[in-house]
Amino acid sequence: MGQRIDVNHLNVYYGDFHAVDDVNMVIEPNKVTAFIGPSGCGKSTVLRTLNRMHETTPGAHVKGEVLLEGKDLYAPDTDPVAVRRDVGMVFQRPNPFPTMSIRDNVLAGVRLNNKRIAKSDADDLVEWALRGAALWNDVKDRLDKPGIGLSGGQQQRLCIARAVAVHPQVLLMDEPCSALDPISTLAVEDLIGELKDEFTIVIVTHNMQQAARVSDTTAFFNTQGSGKPGHLVEMADTTTIFSNPQSEETENYISGRFG
Amino acid sequence: MKKLTADKLFRWTATAAGILILGVLAAVFVFLLIQASPVFFGDRAAAEKTISSFTGGRTTSFLAFVGPLIFGTVLASGLALALAFFVAVGIALFISHYAPKRLSSLLSYVVDLLAAIPSVVYGLWGALVLVPNMYPVWQVVNAVFGWIPLFAGPVSNPPRTVATVAVVLAVMILPIITSMARDIFVQTPLLQQEAALALGATKWEMIKLAVLPFGANGLVSASMLGLGRALGETMAVLMILSPGSTYGIHLLTASQNQTIAANIAAQFPEADSLGVSTLIASGLVLFVITFIVNYIARRITKGGGKLTFRKKEKK
Repeated sequence: MGQRIDVNHLNVYYGDFHAVDDVNMVIEPNKVTAFIGPSGCGKSTVLRTLNRMHETTPGAHVKGEVLLEGKDLYAPDTDPVAVRRDVGMVFQRPNPFPTMSIRDNVLAGVRLNNKRIAKSDADDLVEWALRGAALWNDVKDRLDKPGIGLSGGQQQRLCIARAVAVHPQVLLMDEPCSALDPISTLAVEDLIGELKDEFTIVIVTHNMQQAARVSDTTAFFNTQGSGKPGHLVEMADTTTIFSNPQSEETENYISGRFG
Repeated sequence: MKKLTADKLFRWTATAAGILILGVLAAVFVFLLIQASPVFFGDRAAAEKTISSFTGGRTTSFLAFVGPLIFGTVLASGLALALAFFVAVGIALFISHYAPKRLSSLLSYVVDLLAAIPSVVYGLWGALVLVPNMYPVWQVVNAVFGWIPLFAGPVSNPPRTVATVAVVLAVMILPIITSMARDIFVQTPLLQQEAALALGATKWEMIKLAVLPFGANGLVSASMLGLGRALGETMAVLMILSPGSTYGIHLLTASQNQTIAANIAAQFPEADSLGVSTLIASGLVLFVITFIVNYIARRITKGGGKLTFRKKEKK
């Protein structure tokens, strides 16, 4: 089951640069939450703080708290590695491990978490994860073939299967369709709708139609200009954001008047 | 019009350079062949006498003369590579993924500097520092690992042995392997590394999942370059090793082995013309060994880094 995330007074810095200013939000369990906004508004940055991936950028740090089911991800005794096992992530471009077979790609994360896994359990898990990612029927006859032999859309679904296989509580998606063609995009969007039964999903997208199609809740981020920190303008039900936004900034953005 | 001429000029210059390297290689090969031919096609009795004098009357056959030299060359270089490889990969990973930025550029600089030290200096270091001081170390190695034939005694003192030579050769080839490995590791796509981290990989697990598979191919090339350097190394071996002409594998015992390159350097000054031909023939053998090593490396790296999955992919 998915878990709830509470973000309280979150500020993100890259070295001295203040990237995101004072974000407060609640991400509901088993819902799809979309982050939208113009480039540089900090939406991807905020997403990456939800599993501490921003820490791979030297100098990046946060102030404030992010609670996963009430447990602070930034508590001093919290291991970022453990956080990422609870909060999985799918990236802008498909990134299966190039030297691994499809099967080994799906099992990569599981093999990290518990080194030894019985072959039959592994088989079951591979099938379950690939079915979950709507990829099983495409690849069941060539599980031992390299993952990079698949098409872009299939690779992205393989990456989703790989993330899902470790049974995270939350699945973060950073513009998961931006490198895909429209048909593959549709397949991934359909998949998102199914995955929310089991996971809490947060998706960053540049594409407002996509946010409208897949998400239950939408958060609109904006920035006053380059060099200024990004901030959360408003967050509400997706239908509300797109039909009756509270803020004029949001209204301008979704109607295409800027950004 | 003018642009077109410049373009043509550049193309021909580049082509000429490419042909030149092939020409040089062929010229070296032909030179070795011609110079070595008297040993095989000249006066048989004189050739046998020369080989006999080189080997102290042990043999009159060229193969029996060059066999132990091949063995010694491959043994010392292989050992050096085994010692250097893991250290080099460790240093390269430290520079590329662990060290803070300042330290990593300093380290890179130092490693590149090491590569520029002439081999005679390494030889001096081996002869004047390692040889007088390594005996106790080798005694310990013998006491602990003596049950492995390689480390069986007796331990020679002073240790003018293959083991000591291998240490010096390892230090010599360390920079080239490290520097190549580092260049490869830093090129690992960030996306691959993030894929591993996002699955809950620790830093070391991320390196195993993303960095090492990406670099596997290049590591083979780097090793072969290092091995090539060790195979041909002359001065350092000459200054340290007490030579012998056996197929002995007791690394800690002196007067067991000799390498082709060091043997040429040692015997060249006193060789007559047929003697020089014999030595050049052994040089030809070294040329062939290097060629084989590079060929094997090519075969391994073919197929773009899928070292571990090569078998599965065939079908």
